[in-house]
Amino acid sequence: MADQPPRPLIELRDVSRRYSVDPEVYGVRGVHLVVDRGEWLSIVGPSGSGKSTLLNIVGCLDQQTAGSYRFNGVDVAALRDEERAGLRSRGIGFVFQSFHLLATRSVIENVMIAEAYRDGPRRGRRERARAVLEKVGLGHRADYLPPRLSGGERQRAAIARALLGSPQILLCDEPTGNLDSANTATCLELFDEIHRQGMTIVVITHDPGVAARARRQVRMIDGVLSEA
Amino acid sequence: MKPQRLWHVGRERWGALRARRSRATRAAPSVPPSRISAADLADEALAGLFARPGRTTLTVIATVFGLAALVATLGLTRTASNRIIGRFDELAATQIIVSSKQAVQDAPTNEMPWDAPARLKRLNGVVAAGNLSKVDVRGALISTSPVSDPQGQTDLKLAVHAASPDLFTTIRAELGAGRLIDEGQSRRADRVVVLGVNAAARLGITDLDRLPAIRIGDELFLVTGIVTDVARKHEVLSAAIMPEGTARGLYGLKSPETVVIETRIGATKLISQQAALALRPDRPSGLKVAAPSEQPRVRDRVRSDLSLLFVLLGGVSLLVGAIGIANVTLVSVMERTGEIGLRRALGATRRQIALQFLLESSAMGFAGGVAGASLGTLVVVGVSAAQTWTPVLDPITPFVIPLVGAVTGLLAGSYPALRAARMEPVEALQAGT
Repeated sequence: MADQPPRPLIELRDVSRRYSVDPEVYGVRGVHLVVDRGEWLSIVGPSGSGKSTLLNIVGCLDQQTAGSYRFNGVDVAALRDEERAGLRSRGIGFVFQSFHLLATRSVIENVMIAEAYRDGPRRGRRERARAVLEKVGLGHRADYLPPRLSGGERQRAAIARALLGSPQILLCDEPTGNLDSANTATCLELFDEIHRQGMTIVVITHDPGVAARARRQVRMIDGVLSEA
Repeated sequence: MKPQRLWHVGRERWGALRARRSRATRAAPSVPPSRISAADLADEALAGLFARPGRTTLTVIATVFGLAALVATLGLTRTASNRIIGRFDELAATQIIVSSKQAVQDAPTNEMPWDAPARLKRLNGVVAAGNLSKVDVRGALISTSPVSDPQGQTDLKLAVHAASPDLFTTIRAELGAGRLIDEGQSRRADRVVVLGVNAAARLGITDLDRLPAIRIGDELFLVTGIVTDVARKHEVLSAAIMPEGTARGLYGLKSPETVVIETRIGATKLISQQAALALRPDRPSGLKVAAPSEQPRVRDRVRSDLSLLFVLLGGVSLLVGAIGIANVTLVSVMERTGEIGLRRALGATRRQIALQFLLESSAMGFAGGVAGASLGTLVVVGVSAAQTWTPVLDPITPFVIPLVGAVTGLLAGSYPALRAARMEPVEALQAGT
């Protein structure tokens, strides 16, 4: 077992997601994708090309209708709903274009929610959340409510939430879509740093500048994936 | 021995079940399912409620009123019926009066024994007993002075009673001045009387400082005491009361006319069955026993009809409250679509989402129950204070009502929670921010 080559973290084989049968509508079609640990991959493509569908399948929020998907060697299709949820809570961190911060909870509480579904110890949770916030440079905003933050700060809070509990992969759906260029730059620097520390990152974007920062790019057009 | 065995069987079965389940999951490499601790779930639910405190408060209000109406109805019904019983208590519910029947010719006499109080006090349930008889003074008038005043009325027609010493405790006599009749006076047939306060007023006797005396016909009696109030047998307040022994000696009283009995609460039925036998074991049928009737039950039924109306009213308000909770929870589910999507992305299962919303709606119901029970109790106390009643409330009520509220909230929240659980995470994330 130990002397086998390390398994890839993400392994999609001939994955398709069909939405309806008549007429046949596909989100993604016959996608082969392997992402190794520590990779930084960007998926580019016009809107409606199936990028988000692919990301949702990788994030276990959606399921393929054909093909196989292994996360860390585990066949995700064979898992029960609760186990897929468990995979999301422990293995995957999400960053969304619209941040998805709860407006009535302080920044640090928003970050702490990430640990709730992991049944982790409550003790020290606030300290752990504060540490992650310090890491993304938002320690001084811990007790602010999200509506009082700038867009860049909000996205950093969301990244802190995704990073709490060190997931195996960070999935970002247009993370810079709502940010100006200065905040985009800060955000990308943060990704750089996280990546240097060994995090696997998959970023969906239609911004070539953002895509170029990744070490590897793939292109998605009409649900079909090709290496760029 | 046996239950222990059953327990073992249960454990083995449970173990087998768990083993089977873990084998089934082991087919695929095991991934721990998502879990949320009760404390975290409670935190999230409460945070959801406090996110919109104004709306939550308004939603809870209808439940508060419904449950308050329920508590107030239960409390006031109890209070009012308790008040009726309370009055009976004082006057009649603990009182029995035994008197002898008119003797039929050629039959044995129906006389009451002189030691009737002592015989009755041996019965368990008798608090006090005393003899009270009218004394036939053969039309003699009563006056305070041997001189007749032609200007005013000095000779009065007053009732004259004879009493055993224990009568005064039985009727709860309050002594205004002097002392009551005692055993010795009765034995010696002393010429003394105790006056009821009305009789004393008519005779113009206000205090005993000058050792007043009265004349009954030609006989002179020393007034030794004035009774100002009694709880029962109010006629003695307008009478002169002499010791039994005196009445026997001077006026030929043959036997006590009546025995007044005070029983413990609830003992009247039993004592009324036993009294005649204790007094005249040879001829119990010769005595007439007057015990209080069971009237309060009829009144209770009348009141419960009225209270049913209020309970219905409370039920309707509760229903309105439940619909309010259901409505607001549904709105909140729709508004928080994005949050639901986010929670699913963070690892929440459908069940955990449903649980959170159920907990939120139950918490609203519970809060309504706590506030409603408090408000209802205040109403009961307030109304009782205004009416000078004693507030009575079943002690369980304030504790059960919050549970009723919580269950109401739970039922009201079940549909919205189901809607929340059914949402697809991908769509939820796209729909909301």
